[in-house]
Amino acid sequence: MITGVPVQYFLILATLMFFAGIYGFLTRRNLITMLMAVELILNSVNINFMAFNRYLYPHKMEGMFFSLFVIAVAASEAAVAIAIIINIYRRFATINVEDVNEMKY
Amino acid sequence: MDILTLFVVIPVLTITAILFVKDIKHVRVVSATGMGIQLILAAVLVFMYLSARKAGADEQMLFVRDYLWFVNPNIHYAVGVDGISVVMIALTSVVLFAGIFASWEVEFLTKEFFVSLILLATGVFGFFISIDLFTMFLFYELAVIPMYLLIGIWGSGPKEYSAMKLTLMLMGGSALILAGLLGIYFNSAPEGGQLTFNILEIAKVTIPMSAQRLFFPLTFVGFGVLGALFPFHTWSPDGHASAPTAVSMLHAGVLMKLGGYGAFRVAIFLMPEAAAELSWIFIILTATSVVYGAFGAIVQKDLKYINAYSSVSHCGLVLFAILMMNQTALNGAVIQMISHGLMTALFFALIGMLYGRTHTRMINEMGGLMKVIPFLSVCYVIAGLASLGLPGLSGFVAEMTIFVGAFQHTDVFHRVVTIVAVSSIVITAVYILRVVAILLLGPTTDEHHEHLTDAKWFEKVSVVILIGSVAGIGLAPYWLSSMIGTSLQPIVVKILATNPF
Amino acid sequence: MINFSYTIWILLLPFLVFLLLGLAGHKLKPKLSGLIGTTGLGIITFLSYLTAYQYFFASEKVDGVFQKIIAFNGVWLQLTENLHIDIGILLDPISVMMLVVVTTVSFMVHIYSIGYMHGEKGFERFFAFLSLFSFSMLGLVVATNIFQMYIFWELVGVSSYLLIGFYYTKPSAVRASKKAFIVTRFADMGFLIGILILSFNTKTFDFITLTSLTGPAITQTGGAAFMGLSVITWSMIFVYMGGVGKSAMFPFHIWLPDAMEGPTPVSALIHAATMVVAGVYLVARMFPIYAIAAPDALNVVAYVGAFSSLLAAVIACTQTDIKRVLAYSTMSQIGYMMLALGVSGYGGHDGLGYMASMFHLFTHAMFKALLFLGAGAIIHAVHSNYMTEMGGLRKYLPITHATFLIACLTIAGIPPLSGFFSKDEILTAALHHNKLLFAVEYAVAGLTAFYMFRLYFSIFWRKETHYHHTPHEAPLTMTIPLIILAIGSVFSGFIPFSELVTSDSMPFESHIEMAVAIPSVLIGIAGIGIAYIMYKKETSIPDRLATTFKYSYKWAYNKFYIDEVYLYITKNIIFRYISTPIAWFDRHIVDGTMNLIAFTTQLLSFRIRNYQSGQLQKYGFVFVTGAIALAILFAYLWK
Repeated sequence: MITGVPVQYFLILATLMFFAGIYGFLTRRNLITMLMAVELILNSVNINFMAFNRYLYPHKMEGMFFSLFVIAVAASEAAVAIAIIINIYRRFATINVEDVNEMKY
Repeated sequence: MDILTLFVVIPVLTITAILFVKDIKHVRVVSATGMGIQLILAAVLVFMYLSARKAGADEQMLFVRDYLWFVNPNIHYAVGVDGISVVMIALTSVVLFAGIFASWEVEFLTKEFFVSLILLATGVFGFFISIDLFTMFLFYELAVIPMYLLIGIWGSGPKEYSAMKLTLMLMGGSALILAGLLGIYFNSAPEGGQLTFNILEIAKVTIPMSAQRLFFPLTFVGFGVLGALFPFHTWSPDGHASAPTAVSMLHAGVLMKLGGYGAFRVAIFLMPEAAAELSWIFIILTATSVVYGAFGAIVQKDLKYINAYSSVSHCGLVLFAILMMNQTALNGAVIQMISHGLMTALFFALIGMLYGRTHTRMINEMGGLMKVIPFLSVCYVIAGLASLGLPGLSGFVAEMTIFVGAFQHTDVFHRVVTIVAVSSIVITAVYILRVVAILLLGPTTDEHHEHLTDAKWFEKVSVVILIGSVAGIGLAPYWLSSMIGTSLQPIVVKILATNPF
Repeated sequence: MINFSYTIWILLLPFLVFLLLGLAGHKLKPKLSGLIGTTGLGIITFLSYLTAYQYFFASEKVDGVFQKIIAFNGVWLQLTENLHIDIGILLDPISVMMLVVVTTVSFMVHIYSIGYMHGEKGFERFFAFLSLFSFSMLGLVVATNIFQMYIFWELVGVSSYLLIGFYYTKPSAVRASKKAFIVTRFADMGFLIGILILSFNTKTFDFITLTSLTGPAITQTGGAAFMGLSVITWSMIFVYMGGVGKSAMFPFHIWLPDAMEGPTPVSALIHAATMVVAGVYLVARMFPIYAIAAPDALNVVAYVGAFSSLLAAVIACTQTDIKRVLAYSTMSQIGYMMLALGVSGYGGHDGLGYMASMFHLFTHAMFKALLFLGAGAIIHAVHSNYMTEMGGLRKYLPITHATFLIACLTIAGIPPLSGFFSKDEILTAALHHNKLLFAVEYAVAGLTAFYMFRLYFSIFWRKETHYHHTPHEAPLTMTIPLIILAIGSVFSGFIPFSELVTSDSMPFESHIEMAVAIPSVLIGIAGIGIAYIMYKKETSIPDRLATTFKYSYKWAYNKFYIDEVYLYITKNIIFRYISTPIAWFDRHIVDGTMNLIAFTTQLLSFRIRNYQSGQLQKYGFVFVTGAIALAILFAYLWK
């Protein structure tokens, strides 16, 4: 793999992606965009898994497996989430998250 | 299966049967049959109990069954009855049977109505047969919950408000009771050993005084809320006013007795030392209830409010007598529970029937009904006379037993308070006669009321059963009194052991 | 020993008749139900006479003393080890005498009612109630213990309530019945408290034990004293309070005049002859305790009786409703009996007052029932209660006139009619005991003669009033009881009471004391004379007198405003100043507190619920912030 790239670089990248995701999740009003932000968060975690696996236990594969799991879960989650969003759109004719507050109180 | 468990099983079977029938008519018939069987069963139980006692069974509780239910905490399904529970079960069956007939014409969600009503009754029966505190509490809750639905759905007036108020206050009481019961449980083996919920086991030990001082008031007030203890009685006027007929009957007739019964069976019986020490506070409260409820009833205009306040007064007398803690007064308390149960069920049944005809419960909107509907009116007068303690009807027996019992105390405090309580017989007469005079006598005031029809057959069944019981107890109280008296012996022995008056 | 167990039927029979008529009466023909009731009572009357005969003349006396016989006794309710309420039959001179009085008057009233109530709606109900009353009154009379007496005491109260309110569509009758019940109920509360105190100290309800000279009530006069009187005295005063209520003595007399709203036969039976003397009977029943252990209570009895008799006599002089005049006269005569008991001692000739009281009770029952039934016949004929609308009736109602005159002469104490004898004994007893009370009774005797003859002359003489239709004499069913009672009034004075009914059941000699008798007869004649002058013909004397003594007349006419005082107490104090505030307090303070708790909880939850905004991103923000905060916290902790 890429030799000589220090682990900090990966971590910095992952952190940036993570907070970009958090920021997107908290500020975007569009549910689809929020979903994309969540994907960003998940992928930042994937990068962390891979990086630590490579640097700490180069002879084991658990980190890789976990990333694969996360990818699989993220895919199914996206499918479910988009299904929900479509239903919300059908019901409320909007995917603006602020308008979807039926569950308050 | 033992006979006591049948008392819970039959209502459950009835409920199941109701769920399977379609027609409203069949629902009624099934309910009436089920509760008829229950009534017969109660009669059989009374008979079995008496013959067992005659044959020399001298345990405190008869027909005891005990099944382990939860290992930790040590909860059992334990049942058993003594004379007091037997008469309470008989009372419940009678009132319930009459209640089914009084709600013969419920048309809105009939099936659900009868299911809830019988579910409530299941709880009551279970409560009276249990000798395990936890099972008892479980059945108690089972009786309280359907009440919310019954008032909230089938009630009248501000029914949601009343149902909520009643349920919340009773639940508040339950919370106190639960705390008290757990307190008893954790102190049920002060010398080490297995903790237990079983009343008979706990009665054998003396709960440490420090624990009693804490848990006696909790338990007593908790049950007192249901027994309309001043100042926790205000759910009663609102709740009764909004409840449908049969529910008022069952509630005032039976459910309020759960309070008295529990206060007596749990609070006084298991913690007599604290009871003796703290009783003066509650005696003052209950004596206040007695007089205050009666005065409160004088100025009410709604028939159900009058009766609710009168219940406060009469149930206050039950708790008052329980706190007197001697054989005669306790005996009077139990008779008063029975008597008030029948009387007030009769009252509410009649009020329901009047309301069904005149569509009002305001006494000033009615008048001179005696001429129009003589049967119901005469029954109302009889109920009134029973309530004001006319000899020959059950109220007199109960009140006199209480007064004489309470007056046997050697200290002046108890006797003075008794005299205060005695004054309620005059006030009761005032409000009863006021209602009778305005409602039934005199010329008919509203011309719409001149063509009312008198009682139908099912109403007559309901009323006659109740009047028959009231008069039966009033004319020949000896057997009832002695049956209760015998069962009180072990209880009084425990109370007096620590508490020499 | 004679077996008296048949006396149980004296109690059972009227109860069965009541049940029969009460449950099935509306299905029977009115005539049949009247017949059933009357026949039932006829049998009871016969049984009572048989009992009286056997008791007084056929049963053995021990040492010349009439024995108390328990004919029947069964435990009705066991209260404590010692205290139990029994239902039984106690025969002793006064109870046997009362059996005779009650059944005689009741039987007469039954016969009379067949005529009087003919064609009324609720005929069978009337007879059912009469049977209930007879049952209760007989049960009261033969009570073996004080609690049985209380039980039947309440039952006579309720039958009186039902009968006063017989015309239940008439508002005044309804009001009167309610008033009667509540006033007597209040007095009964005193009775009950008295019983409680007494039984607490003596551990028994039983009359024989209580009144026995060696019994606990008399020997243990001690116990904690309160306000200088012993416990027993207090209990007897409370017990007497019950008697005051039932016998319409001051201050609980206000219900009696109003009770005249009931049908006239009822007034004759309940409110003249039988129920209202229950208070006298009660004191007589407990007499040994009063006389020996509680003389102060006995003094209360005497003074209350004397005051009531004077008050009632004064009021009676001004009333115009004939039944009310008779009602006040009843009250006055019962005052006499109370006074006689009050001035009596125990045993032998000291017990003259006791004997006189019972004697007067007996004769009074006869002549007062006669007066009321006569008044009923008059009202039946004229359709009015007011003597101002009557006059000259002697021509139309000859039998009623004759019997009414006899009754008036009897009550005025003219010899040799029965009232003379009994009144004379009372006056003699009072003279030996208390001169003040004696003087009061002399005055009352004069007043009695005056107002009775005022009544008599106004009804039967005076002017010729024009009637809408000519009054006619009542049917035979009504006149026969009048005649029988008139015979009773004339001759019952010759019954040797001092040999039959005495305080210690021991016969003694009594004789007419001329020094008392002659002035009393003279006073009676004087009263009659004044009434003759004033009312025989229409004169202006009554009006002139009324204007001269304007204020005192007005006070007496308005019954000294005692009714108004009561009205004030009940309407204003109890209703307005106690009940209404309590109801308000309950709704607003007690219930308000509960609602306040609920309201506070709700308020709090309203505050809290805003955190549950439904905004996903707000939740996310809180979550992330929390997670970061926790992360920092943990990082800090691990350092």
